[in-house]
Amino acid sequence: MKNTPALTLHIPEPKYRPGDTPDFSDLKLSEAGAVRRPDIAVEPHEIHDLAFTLIRVLDDKSQAVGPWDPKLDIDTLKRGLRAMMLTRVYDDRMYRAQRQGKTSFYMKCLGEEAVAVAQAMALDRDDMCFPTYRQQGLLIARDYPLLDMMCQVYSNERDPLKGRQLPVMYSSKEFGFFSISGNLGTQFSQAVGWAMASAYKNGDRIAAAWIGDGSTAEGDFHHALTFAAVYRAPVLLNVVNNQWAISSYHGIAGGERSTFASRAIGYGIPGLRVDGNDFLAVYAATQWAADRARMNLGPTVLELYTYRAEGHSTSDDPTQYRPADEPGGWPLGDPVNRLTKHLVARGAWSEAEHKALTDELTEQVKAIGKEAEKYGTLGNSTLPSVKTMFEDVYKEVPWHLRKQRQELGV
Amino acid sequence: MAQMNMIQALNSAMDVMLDRDPDVLVFGEDVGYFGGVFRATEGLQKKHGLKRCFDTPIGEGGIIAVAIGMGAYGLRPCVEIQFADYIYPAFDQLVSEAARLRYRSAGDFWAPLTVRTPYGGGIFGGQTHSQSPEALFTHVAGLTTVIPSNPYDAKGLLIAAIENDDPVIFLEPKRIYNGPFDGHHDRPVSPWSKHPESEVPEGYYTVELGKAAQVREGKDVTVLAYGTMVHVAKAAVDDSKIDADILDLRTLLPLDIGAIVKSVQKTGRCVIVHEATRTSGFGAELAALVQEHCFYHLEAPIERVTGWDTPYPHAFEWDYFPGPKRIGDALRKVMEV
Ligand SMILES: Cc1ncc(C[n+]2csc(CCOP(=O)(O)OP(=O)(O)O)c2C)c(N)n1
Ligand SMILES: [Mg+2]
Repeated sequence: MKNTPALTLHIPEPKYRPGDTPDFSDLKLSEAGAVRRPDIAVEPHEIHDLAFTLIRVLDDKSQAVGPWDPKLDIDTLKRGLRAMMLTRVYDDRMYRAQRQGKTSFYMKCLGEEAVAVAQAMALDRDDMCFPTYRQQGLLIARDYPLLDMMCQVYSNERDPLKGRQLPVMYSSKEFGFFSISGNLGTQFSQAVGWAMASAYKNGDRIAAAWIGDGSTAEGDFHHALTFAAVYRAPVLLNVVNNQWAISSYHGIAGGERSTFASRAIGYGIPGLRVDGNDFLAVYAATQWAADRARMNLGPTVLELYTYRAEGHSTSDDPTQYRPADEPGGWPLGDPVNRLTKHLVARGAWSEAEHKALTDELTEQVKAIGKEAEKYGTLGNSTLPSVKTMFEDVYKEVPWHLRKQRQELGV
Repeated sequence: MAQMNMIQALNSAMDVMLDRDPDVLVFGEDVGYFGGVFRATEGLQKKHGLKRCFDTPIGEGGIIAVAIGMGAYGLRPCVEIQFADYIYPAFDQLVSEAARLRYRSAGDFWAPLTVRTPYGGGIFGGQTHSQSPEALFTHVAGLTTVIPSNPYDAKGLLIAAIENDDPVIFLEPKRIYNGPFDGHHDRPVSPWSKHPESEVPEGYYTVELGKAAQVREGKDVTVLAYGTMVHVAKAAVDDSKIDADILDLRTLLPLDIGAIVKSVQKTGRCVIVHEATRTSGFGAELAALVQEHCFYHLEAPIERVTGWDTPYPHAFEWDYFPGPKRIGDALRKVMEV
């Protein structure tokens, strides 16, 4: 016998399951304003600590404090609030539309609106985004037409993607929004290639990519960090840690022993960990990383620490695997709420204005929704022409697809 | 005997094997506490413990790689890839590693893993929840590819797969998990409970790998199908006046060539049906084999009814799906010759 204990297999388990009372009091959350803000030219090895703290700007009194305060003017803040609220209202309507059988599938980003909206606003309008299915806020913040988004979700005759893609898998080169793939992680590394191309062409546009906490387990995540580090690519590599990947908690993705931001350290990339429900913190950290990329200082990994307040998708029931009241207990609150309170604290916003804006956005989405439905809903409409099914497989339709199209009789 | 739908039958197969063999492990994305997005592993963690049935990181390459390593140690992992559309990150581990381990080590190492994965369309899953990649696996020397079409076979084949000492790709037609879909999407679906194949023994039994099943006896034409398409083909035959011999292949590789030859020599005609894209699909292999073995018995060119050579388009589910009408057309066409 060897003089060592018998080996045992470790399987991570979340602390709370349905029926338990969630308690987040042992989460280590930095105080707002407490984390230092290094110069963008800092050497990555000098800021390893930033991968383990949490950059926060909004304090308990809804004041913006500390070195990461981006000092945004009221107008910008109001635009951010509006885009986040619009995202939420839009999500609500499309979620209900799925429930009413108007489409096959939908995914909300409830509780994570600050991630996409603040990041879109901190980036330049022509920077290229490689999002996941939970960054619809990027399109909304860039004023992409809601009508087109809805028609995509309905796969109807006006669908810009011609009925080919699952709902929410938007694409728009014009709006700097790369076509979303259903396969997790694949675009994270592609963003690095886009950024390398921009550098090769001596351009001034940078790239940003998003990935979920769960999907960091895919090889593509590691390809992205390796290539970005090696070629010092001008790219933001964002990990949206919303604590859950369908039913598996962040510990199954490797979040039990270390943070997702700390993945950057081994690659020699700066890794920042940011309160993802704090609009100002997300904005500031994004700006820092974008400035670095623009100054040829290379990639940054940002962990946006947030919480998926809804089910994974319309196909999911989260009460099967986590306490029903876990979302409500999330200690970092709600991003819309927190920005609203900040604006109120600055004397720039009132309950009446908030209500008026809510009503306005609800009406706006409702009206656009009605218009979208005029073009049809899934399975109950004029679809795009069936002929188009055979197009874009290749640039030109080859003989065998022409033949198959004839066989189908279209 | 118990009445089971396909999910329950698969669940029962894993349950039986977890009970019988302490070296069997079940793991994959969301399969542990939650029991899988299609519920195939529901209750297994609770019954057999955290270490026998657990969640994995979202890394299909990792899932297959650790299953190979475990297999090399002597375990018998049965893993789930959440959708066949997501198996590609594991392709290298399957093709270059699992499939060849026995060969390259001259029998020194092998990897007895079973890879369960839902495949196929008919659920409005769009491009990335609808694919039928079976031909990618039948093209690889060293892999066994199995596709059941009903609860009884699903359980017996899965147990046989888990007990098999070589890697098995076990593709599950997700459209028929809850009931046999006949391709008439506008008609109500009947649940498995109305079908005799839903009578499933509760305990251990196997359905031998490599054996096709005769679904319908006929003399006019042989229809070769597997998975969901067995039921669609049957509906198409029922709708026609053609007396078809329908074979459910069940194992694509190694293939039951004897059953195919016997049938085609009897009928002299052959229609091959699969949902996967046509070019280089498994139907091409079947057509080649049929003409190799039955050329002098054939009275008409072999017909293939398949998905089109495009990605699976969300809005055009039923234009893409090779439904009963297209199969009926092919049956009539071979009969006209
Ligand atoms: C390669 C691949 N594997 C599995 C899936 C199935 N799947 C879709 S979303 C998801 C969970 C992703 O979780 P996370 O990355 O944390 O993102 P979140 O949904 O939380 O935003 C899984 C497993 C997939 N789409 N692609
Ligand atoms: Mg997640």
